Amino acid sequence: MNIHEFQAKQLLARAGVVVPNGKVASTPPEARAAARELFDGGAQRVVVKAQIHAGGRGKGTFTNGLAGGVKVCSSLDEACARAEAMLGQVLVTRQTGPGGRLVSKVLIEAAWPIQLEFYLAVLLDRSTSLPLLMASTEGGVEIEEVAAHTPEKIFKVAVDPALGLMPYQARDLAVALGLRGDLIAAAARLFQGVYRCWWEADAALVEINPLGLVTALDGKARLMVIDAKVSLEDNGLFRHEDLQNLRDLAEESPIETEASHHDLNYIKLEGNIACLVNGAGLAMATMDIIKHYGGNPANFLDVGGGATKEQVTAAFKIILKDPNVRAILVNIFGGIMDCDVIAQGIVAAVKETDLTLPLVVRLEGNNVEAGNLTLAASGLTIIRGRSMAEAAQQVVAAVAA
Amino acid sequence: MAILVQPDTKVLIQGITGSFGARHAKLSLDYGTRVVAGVTPGKGGQRFEDQVPIFDTVAQAVRETGATASAIFVPPSFAADAILEGVAAGLELVVCVTEGIPVADMIKIKRALRGGPTRLIGPNCPGVVTPGDGPGSRGGCRLGIAPGYIHKRGHIGVVSRSGTLTYEAVWQLTCQGAGQSTCVGIGGDPVHGLSHLEVLKLFNDDPETHGVIMIGEIGGTAEEEAAAWLRQNARKPVVGFIAGATAPPGRRMGHAGAIISGGKGTAAAKIAALREAGVAVAETPAVMAETLLKRL
Repeated sequence: MNIHEFQAKQLLARAGVVVPNGKVASTPPEARAAARELFDGGAQRVVVKAQIHAGGRGKGTFTNGLAGGVKVCSSLDEACARAEAMLGQVLVTRQTGPGGRLVSKVLIEAAWPIQLEFYLAVLLDRSTSLPLLMASTEGGVEIEEVAAHTPEKIFKVAVDPALGLMPYQARDLAVALGLRGDLIAAAARLFQGVYRCWWEADAALVEINPLGLVTALDGKARLMVIDAKVSLEDNGLFRHEDLQNLRDLAEESPIETEASHHDLNYIKLEGNIACLVNGAGLAMATMDIIKHYGGNPANFLDVGGGATKEQVTAAFKIILKDPNVRAILVNIFGGIMDCDVIAQGIVAAVKETDLTLPLVVRLEGNNVEAGNLTLAASGLTIIRGRSMAEAAQQVVAAVAA
Repeated sequence: MAILVQPDTKVLIQGITGSFGARHAKLSLDYGTRVVAGVTPGKGGQRFEDQVPIFDTVAQAVRETGATASAIFVPPSFAADAILEGVAAGLELVVCVTEGIPVADMIKIKRALRGGPTRLIGPNCPGVVTPGDGPGSRGGCRLGIAPGYIHKRGHIGVVSRSGTLTYEAVWQLTCQGAGQSTCVGIGGDPVHGLSHLEVLKLFNDDPETHGVIMIGEIGGTAEEEAAAWLRQNARKPVVGFIAGATAPPGRRMGHAGAIISGGKGTAAAKIAALREAGVAVAETPAVMAETLLKRL
């Protein structure tokens, strides 16, 4: 689950990481109050940041023509004008797709002159099954780019989960980044806080990019979390009721959310052949075989290992909400699940949705004979695939026809 | 010999009185698996299906029955504890079916398993089947949730991150008359017990296994690591299939571990690594068995 930048910074603050002074605002008056407080507190400049779940905000464009979802402002009036221009508008970035995202909140923070930009992240290293702290002197750019072109500028520290990030490891990293003097201890404290935030929130990723070395009001150099991204691991959410409340459904696809209410795992894709499959691996493989025979899958849909008749009906309704769909492929390997239950679900769903699109069904496994009889007795026009390959070819042909 | 479990392996079920655990304990008993004990804290002294004794702790169950392998069917919030209880009781094999265990719990478990004798399969996996000689392969050892009847005793090993895709491969083999030595579903989570590579090593050393189907999917680099090892060490034909060639980057495809992130973990990279190592890759999931059988 992704959360907003302002929420990420609240989680970091809770773990003891110093984040910029600031407030989130949903209306222009709230924005004015937040900016005034910062200027009154001595800030020379503030930054207004559109809050959406997508990267590339700074270089994004609003559909009303305004450029940039992140703006540094030197006066109260400028900050207010910027906030007002962003709120309620749709921001398109390289990560949002052409539809963009509605900005319903802006974060207003104190801004400082930035001397250097670092990259910092905590994530799981799958190859070692250990938490990994990753930092780079090349902040403010995509870490994938750094990894591809200057991998020597990325420093990694594996963390023993029983010990947590040790102070010496954090200091090593600070020194590797070129920090000296008092900044070493400050960076080490920050790294430990960021690691604690990752671990305690059951996060999948905590990323600070950039981590800025800024000139504070007193003229001293200080480390500051300029931008922060946190994704929470879905499997860990059950033990964090407070974090569950951070979900912003406006940022999620309504159709995928609806699918999750039926315990269905649905992901919309760009093609026109819908698929309904049991099991994640088989669902991916079904998409692949459609592509192999020249078609394009419209979605990933896993109905799970123990699908019921109601779930199959719900799955059909969800599939049909995608206007691109021209045909449906049902691919079920009923290991323990009863193929006849699935067949009854298919028949009920076809009748309930008045399906007119070509439907190809491949059923295999437990009680498949009864399932076949149910489909045959229904009087419905259903193309029967005897194997996965045949079914995939049939559905691709149906779309081409 | 098969790998990991044999038809005479004594099995216990953790969470035997829950609906999920009970259902699959019954299916394993019907399959002929030697389910010798169940464990549900607080229900010690009762019997499952009037025959299998239930214990309060895994340690008691192991002491009283000599069980050496366990299948875990408990909810995600209790699963880490259940795995470590099995490890502490000295089980040789723990199979965890549970889906939805937090990654942080699995990180701790991996750390605790290091250097110890217990092997973990899963979590979020269909489990392990060593088929038996009876009708519908009955008389075999079934730990987990795989359908027993699709198997047939024989000489092909199957290792996979996915449940239904494993059944698909097994069924293709069985329909073509090729039986299996052991079928292992290692699970779809990013942090899990035995890896593809560890299972491949066991198959490589198992005289009863003559060829292997290895099914991977997007996410992580476990398939690449297995490929690198196979290039030097494979003593028998291995055929690969990688699911998710059409999966979009950055989206989790059902399994917690099936995600392309930062450009890493693509199907294309895995397929290339396998081919480079001399492993034949099935063009589609429909020809996994056929691709292997042609090479035997």
